[in-house]
Amino acid sequence: MPVKVMIPTPLRAYAGKQESVQLQAATVGEALSELTGQFAELRKHLFSDDGRLRSFVNVYVNDEDIRYLQRDKTPVREGDVVSIVPSIAGGA
Amino acid sequence: MSGPVLKIESQLLQRIHAHGVETYPHECCGALLGRDADSGREVTDLLPLANRRNDSPRNRFEVTPEDVQLAEKTARENHVDLIGWYHSHPDAPARPSEFDREHAWPWYSYIIVSVQQRQPRDTTSWRLRDDRAGYDSEQIETVRRSATAD
Repeated sequence: MPVKVMIPTPLRAYAGKQESVQLQAATVGEALSELTGQFAELRKHLFSDDGRLRSFVNVYVNDEDIRYLQRDKTPVREGDVVSIVPSIAGGA
Repeated sequence: MSGPVLKIESQLLQRIHAHGVETYPHECCGALLGRDADSGREVTDLLPLANRRNDSPRNRFEVTPEDVQLAEKTARENHVDLIGWYHSHPDAPARPSEFDREHAWPWYSYIIVSVQQRQPRDTTSWRLRDDRAGYDSEQIETVRRSATAD
């Protein structure tokens, strides 16, 4: 399925300076795998060394958080928009 | 070669300090709105936000994805960019911690203000390196709003 993945401003430098990328994918996991396959430099900012999505990286299909759907197995359909939104965390 | 520079009006810097004092001994946090151009990066407004880390607000802060989306929307509506974040370190140095590094992205400017005994002290700004190994210090250049001649 052709889906659109929105690239957050801080990561556009690692995705050919594009605001969004059109990909073929059937699930969110496939979309992120395809995205980081095309743009390898994105991978370390989205995934930790053990291959898991970083704890502060949130993924939405349209307006739904995939944590409340089927996580990386969440299906995507033609026309869906996948958004990557960080939580901002830190401290002393 | 000179490093990155972040311009900010002194009045906005004072608002960050005031926010850090207001929430002391808890960490404050907020969004930096402004412009990132070839000529430089400048903060033109702030969006103070609630620290959502209710379990450990003295040494942690969190901005939820919903608040991040609110900051992005606010930036869009004001025809500026979301260029970074600020937070305070109560009774701790204005240096990014390991926890800060693990939860950061490159490109954003991260302002940290140290608040010691309710008094704002050092203020620093940082950008995460591309390889995530550490931060580069970003020079804060305070600018004064020029008076409008009427």
